[in-house]
Amino acid sequence: MTTEVTYEPEADRIMNVALGPQHPGAGHFRIQLWLDGDYVVKAEPDPGYVHRGEEKMCEYRNYIQNVPHLERPVILDSSNILFPYALAVDELMGNKVPPRGQYLRVIMSEINRIISHMYFLGIMGMFVGHTTMTTWGMGDRDFWIDIAERIGGARVTFAYIIPGGVRNDMPEGLKERALKTCDWFEKRMDEYEKIFFKNPLYLERTENVGVLTAEDAVKYGATGTVLRASGVRKDVRKDEPYSAYEDFDFDIPVLNSGDSWARSYIALLEMRESVKIIRQAFKNMPQGQVRLKLGPQPRVPPGEVFARTEAARGEMSYHLISDGSPRPYRVKIGTPSFKNMRVLPHLLKGVHVADIPAIYWSLNYWPVEADR
Amino acid sequence: MVEVQKTGTFQVLVGKLNEVLQEYIGDPVRYLANWGRLYSLWPVHLETACCSVELGAAAGSRFDMERFGALEAFGSLRACDLLIVTGTVTRKLAPRLKLIYDQMAEPRWVIAMGACAITGGLYFDSYNVLRGIDDIIPVDVYVPGCPPRAEALLQGLVLLQEKIRRLPSLKGV
Amino acid sequence: MSQQVAEPKRAKEIFASIQAVFPDAKLEYAKERRLKISVSPSSIRDVSKFVRDKLGFDHISMVSGVDWIAKNQFEIVYFVETSLKPGFEDFVLAISERIPRDNPSAPSLIDIWPGADYHERETHEMFGINFEGHPTTKYFLLPEDWNDIPPLRKDFISPGR
Repeated sequence: MTTEVTYEPEADRIMNVALGPQHPGAGHFRIQLWLDGDYVVKAEPDPGYVHRGEEKMCEYRNYIQNVPHLERPVILDSSNILFPYALAVDELMGNKVPPRGQYLRVIMSEINRIISHMYFLGIMGMFVGHTTMTTWGMGDRDFWIDIAERIGGARVTFAYIIPGGVRNDMPEGLKERALKTCDWFEKRMDEYEKIFFKNPLYLERTENVGVLTAEDAVKYGATGTVLRASGVRKDVRKDEPYSAYEDFDFDIPVLNSGDSWARSYIALLEMRESVKIIRQAFKNMPQGQVRLKLGPQPRVPPGEVFARTEAARGEMSYHLISDGSPRPYRVKIGTPSFKNMRVLPHLLKGVHVADIPAIYWSLNYWPVEADR
Repeated sequence: MVEVQKTGTFQVLVGKLNEVLQEYIGDPVRYLANWGRLYSLWPVHLETACCSVELGAAAGSRFDMERFGALEAFGSLRACDLLIVTGTVTRKLAPRLKLIYDQMAEPRWVIAMGACAITGGLYFDSYNVLRGIDDIIPVDVYVPGCPPRAEALLQGLVLLQEKIRRLPSLKGV
Repeated sequence: MSQQVAEPKRAKEIFASIQAVFPDAKLEYAKERRLKISVSPSSIRDVSKFVRDKLGFDHISMVSGVDWIAKNQFEIVYFVETSLKPGFEDFVLAISERIPRDNPSAPSLIDIWPGADYHERETHEMFGINFEGHPTTKYFLLPEDWNDIPPLRKDFISPGR
């Protein structure tokens, strides 16, 4: 007797599912999952949906032309991805950036850190179903964008930090407004803490979810908020103070639990430190030039340099090789999201399917930055 | 045979009725249907590249895309009727973009947001980027900018609503 | 910009301790906070184990490939850092190896630093370098149907250029 009805053999209980690239929980990124019922047996990230070949494009453009497209990979943190590039070119050329330029670089970098963390917290609220944090995050972010816009001239892509300093000075009267925003934002962060981070629903969904131990974090090369939430005190701003970071008084927040809650809460603690830095920088701003005159096609002597800074997500590093020609010979961008991606399959092993969004987004993973 | 003839007559009558209806009340019905469509646009949640940050800002509480009648959708693709292509489409994403477009039910509209989605933009010489998405899916509204401001996206949305309001027929787009 | 002025004492010390065990290690540059050494592909695994166990460099920051087409060579640079060794948080050690361009093959360091996994996959597809011992050669960032030469090689010309 033949029948058209067939049953799967019992052994085939592992199901292979693709999460993304069109999925509310995994935009422009795919996670290949092997599931046993409700449990994840194995997970494998599949990036590359936004791979745009930035490193190849760098070889076709000169050192100034490279500025605009290099900030596109991480558009909500755009000054921080340019910062190490500017440091690398400065180091090769031996540029002495004027003190005011260095302070403006720090201000822009810290404002961008806040903008990026606010976006992170907003989407985190969306992922765990806390709509208040989503609207607050998206809305309050715009107050900082307004200040950055008055300095840099655009909403997200400023092209502000360039080799030799910053592009332009800040406008008159910005200091008062920025200090007022700092005051307001510090009060506002207390509300986030009450409404979002100490919310029992949020704690229930993220506490003890996706715990990353310090050993594993170091072993897989995690960086930034992920590493510090696991109890390792490592921050390039303190370790090797670049630009003018040695002038400021700030702390490096470290949490020890290493779960999704800690990885999101550390963003709030870092924003508090950023506000401190911005306030000090505006108050102690030196006078003078903001940049060196380099010309449209600067001559960069041959050499090789590795520069790194602390971006919002972690350590952003550049490996830059110049052969003396107007264009770089090789630019390698090491982005924090790419470094943190190796943690994802490790954390997803054995968790419930329902915990995937909370773990995935707590890594502060930005696919465009990882793919470059 | 008689019954068939009867049916034939009936169909002719119905056909005439259809014509009569289309002539006299077609316009108001069409207007009503288009009016219903244009204030309930459901965008697909597909982020293709960096412009999605500005889409997020437009959907956020400051610019509030919702007041124009477009909600961020978290449902099935079959329930969506607007695809906002937020930026660069790479060679790896292009087949998936076509797949997503094919899954959406008619009527459906596409907004190409940002220079990359229109022509490739800054990435004109990249080995992995499509020079514009109109080669794979039809586009209704182009929103230029790199990235476009949230206000520009809202203007694009209003332009699309204007287009929907003037749709000549009920079927298709 | 202050780090160039000081004498690179720590870098010299680290290089001396490596060279005591591996005499074929060559110094590329030594700065206050940076050190680059070049070793042969046959000894890079031993050097890496030594650097991890004895000097405390516990994770990989990134792996960079360079196509030296005029010399017909590929260079692979491993940038390693430390999180747990106090006093060396600001130090980056670069270990480089050069392999012939005609037969690009190098040992994988994935078992020494597990974080090298995705970095080596990326270098594999961007330069066509074969990492012996790496569990997969699947495409990572490039599309599945990529059928050209690896894009970051210097003889690959971008379309539109």
